[in-house]
Amino acid sequence: MQFPFLSVIVFTPLVAALIILMLPARRKDLVRSVALAAATLDLILSAWVYLTYLLQGMDGYQFVEQYSWLPTLGISLHFGVDGMSTPLILLTGIVMFTGVLISWGEERNGVSAGIQDRPREFFAFLFILASGVFGVFASLDLFMLFFFYEIAVFPMYLLIVIWGWVVTREYAAMKLTLYLFVGSVISLVGALAMVWTAYQNTGVLSFDLLHLEQAGFSAEFQRLWFLPVFLGFAVLGGIWPFHNWSPDGHVAAPTAVSMFHAGVLMKLGAFAALRVGIMLMPQGAKEWSWLILGLATVNVVYGAFIAFVQTDFKYVIGFSSVSHMGLVMMGFATLSREGLLGAGLQMFSHGVMTALFFAVVGMVYDRAHTRHIPDLGGFAKVMPYPAIGFIIGGLVSMGMPGFSGFIAEFPIFMGVWKTQWLIAVIAAVSIVVTASYILIIVRRVFFGEASEVLLHHHVGDVTPLDKLAIVTLCAFMVGLGLFPGLMAPMVGRGVDYILHLLGGA
Amino acid sequence: MLLAILPELLLLVLALLLFIVEPFWKGEHPRSGWVTFYGLLLIMIVSLIFGTPRASQEAFGGMIRFDWFAFLFKMLFLFGAALTALFFMDHPLLSKRGEAYLLLLAATLGMCLMASASDLVMLYLAIETTSIPLYVLAGFFLNEQDSTEAGFKYLFFGALTSAVMLYGLSLLFGLAGTTALAALGEKFASGQLSLQVAWGILALVTVGLAFKVSVAPFHFWAPDVYQGAPTAVTGFLSTASKAAGFAVLLRLFLMAFPSAQIPWPLLLAILAALTMTIGNLLALPQTNLKRLLAYSSIAHAGYILIGVVAATELGMTSVTFYLIVYLLTNLAAFGILMALGKVLGSDEVTAYNGLSRRSPWLALAMLVAFLSLAGMPPFGGFVAKVFVFAAGVEAGYIWLVFVGVLNSIVGLYYYLNVMKYVYLYRMPGEEEEKHPIQLSQATAWGLGVLILGVILLGTVFAPWFTFSSQAAQAMFLP
Repeated sequence: MQFPFLSVIVFTPLVAALIILMLPARRKDLVRSVALAAATLDLILSAWVYLTYLLQGMDGYQFVEQYSWLPTLGISLHFGVDGMSTPLILLTGIVMFTGVLISWGEERNGVSAGIQDRPREFFAFLFILASGVFGVFASLDLFMLFFFYEIAVFPMYLLIVIWGWVVTREYAAMKLTLYLFVGSVISLVGALAMVWTAYQNTGVLSFDLLHLEQAGFSAEFQRLWFLPVFLGFAVLGGIWPFHNWSPDGHVAAPTAVSMFHAGVLMKLGAFAALRVGIMLMPQGAKEWSWLILGLATVNVVYGAFIAFVQTDFKYVIGFSSVSHMGLVMMGFATLSREGLLGAGLQMFSHGVMTALFFAVVGMVYDRAHTRHIPDLGGFAKVMPYPAIGFIIGGLVSMGMPGFSGFIAEFPIFMGVWKTQWLIAVIAAVSIVVTASYILIIVRRVFFGEASEVLLHHHVGDVTPLDKLAIVTLCAFMVGLGLFPGLMAPMVGRGVDYILHLLGGA
Repeated sequence: MLLAILPELLLLVLALLLFIVEPFWKGEHPRSGWVTFYGLLLIMIVSLIFGTPRASQEAFGGMIRFDWFAFLFKMLFLFGAALTALFFMDHPLLSKRGEAYLLLLAATLGMCLMASASDLVMLYLAIETTSIPLYVLAGFFLNEQDSTEAGFKYLFFGALTSAVMLYGLSLLFGLAGTTALAALGEKFASGQLSLQVAWGILALVTVGLAFKVSVAPFHFWAPDVYQGAPTAVTGFLSTASKAAGFAVLLRLFLMAFPSAQIPWPLLLAILAALTMTIGNLLALPQTNLKRLLAYSSIAHAGYILIGVVAATELGMTSVTFYLIVYLLTNLAAFGILMALGKVLGSDEVTAYNGLSRRSPWLALAMLVAFLSLAGMPPFGGFVAKVFVFAAGVEAGYIWLVFVGVLNSIVGLYYYLNVMKYVYLYRMPGEEEEKHPIQLSQATAWGLGVLILGVILLGTVFAPWFTFSSQAAQAMFLP
């Protein structure tokens, strides 16, 4: 019996949330310290899981734990990670850690950065959400997957509506919650249908994903149910035309929540779509891959163009997320080794990158009180760390070699080229558009002449904790770009398993 | 034999005891409340130790069935009544009047009989024993127009629908020559009774039962009655009374009308879809929280019906599980409303502005209760909904399950909307936010137990599921 790493990772935030709720509301720094301690613990544990998986042969599902939960219906608390989900566990650990750092903030002469209003409730809700996210990535049981999935969705509403951007928070929070809930309940019906059909086919009633993989769903069943299940989850992955909640949600959310939201939650949707949609119904996936590919292409190109014309700093990043998540979906839709490998890497790379983007946007906004790009300028002088961080993130976003974006996007395009070269050509347009809006932001916001805002508001530098967060995120992006061998083989093993389910395609 | 009605007997003893000693007590101290609460707890414990059914058996010449189904529901009613007694004590008017507790006990007695009745005569008597005390309780505040209106409306609708049902039951007896549910079921199954007649009878009986569980189109009384009745009474009315209605409905439909011959599931499926949709859509524009919860409780009746429609063992299990969850969650919700209504002086949602700053724990309790109603994990509501939907899918009612899941989205909208007032908006005078809301000890304990229960039901659901499944199995045994 080894140490139950995954359970500890999943339930640490939940326990921390309960402890935080017990603390007196006045002692804000105590609340933050407990939060940071829990986040650090989770980061260390997830890094440990990652390294152990990497060094121990990367074979199938590791760290497996199974506790019978409701034997009558075949529900068990079944955790385990493979090459696809291990990087995502690490990603969640990173984003959680940096999210807490960013939210610490400061409150002095007119600057109110981070979370100053009711931090106790903020961290409690944020950690409940984190628990749900870890749970989905680690679950090998369909019931528990839904259980954690919903836990990851509902705190979002409160986090956005209470601490969000005053102008749009009520609208955006409700829109986001309803979109995600619609998606998840439709998937739920499909999942229930799967479980009962598997029961008829095999005579064993079980929610276990490994069991359902072997259930032998008929081609007709898969044709019927693949789309509702896949698209239901893909709503959270931001697939066009159901992406509408995402930019609004990103913009309205407070900084740490935007980081979580774009960095991790959208991967949650993509991952669940892959795990439940493609891996349980490979036949259906093959039949519908043309549609997914088409929708994802719209995501990639349309998202990039919309991002290009935004004047709100945060909306640019919001739409760029839609565009980049399109690449993930595209990689899925190819159902090929290259495409899936790229998609797996892109999930991690984009998660870190977009978390960094939102962190930087938050730092700028908290001090400048505006996100209108034409009003900004010259910020590199006063806040060098965010500026450098943003440039590194931008290079990742453009897919520059030497950064994590390149090793993720390149295989995706290879896979798409093999499947349908025309799509690859169309999608490649987005790279150019992405490069232009990133460079425009870099020039206007961070360089150029010192703006009115900068002089008027006495904008100061960010706190040391903010810098630590930026450095952490950048380290992962550069590190992965220089040493793709740290992750690519691992994701490759995960892809092998998916291809095996797809019948060696 | 007497073990079969042990809780009922003890309830009668408790009620009589209270009846005799209560007039001699004077003063402000809510002694009757504590006597009722501890008495009910004691009855639960005694019944759990001595009164558990060994196997399903009939008692009193087939009037009563003594099985796990009846037992589980009895425990549920006793628990609900005990917590309602705690909430009664919080109200200055209810706590001083011993009659309130007496009526509560009488209604609980009726509900216990409803859960175990297996004969048309017993069934009807039990329903009336439950209803009449509840009519009085709903109109308990004679000086308040809303309350008297609620009481009268409840009485009027209740009397009308129960007369219709009684007519149906009498037809059933006239044609079959028996009032025992099991014998009726056999006659239908063997084709001795014409099935065309069965449809007519079914329609009449459904009217009465649909009223009790507030299923559309017989739900019109619910919002007015829930809003007008004292909040603690509303809590009892919307939970225990509804659960009792479902117990009778399950018993009657499963035993007397074999679904193989008479396809009543289809009829109930249509009613379920109608109920969910009407309840949820009408809850959207409500600004009064009691009224909002009234419509939400109509919607929940619809979700529960999905499990009934499935008419399988899993279906019955999920219905029982759902009712357990629903009883705890809704009692908690109404308990919070009652405690706050007293302080804030209003049930309007705008009165809840700034609650989380004023009383973070109460806000959190409200969040748990409302999210559980919306069907969010890790609270009981999520698991209950998934089980009901699973039963629906298993039985092949995919369309109904889709109606259900889409409705739960509408539900989520208005539940979350309330939380926006609690967590986001500020009170007009921000000074007032600094005064925390004091709860009486009884209410605090009651709410604590309920919230903890809601979380337990949503996380460690296996034992509760096993109990429910044991109860459901009893329904399918001869």
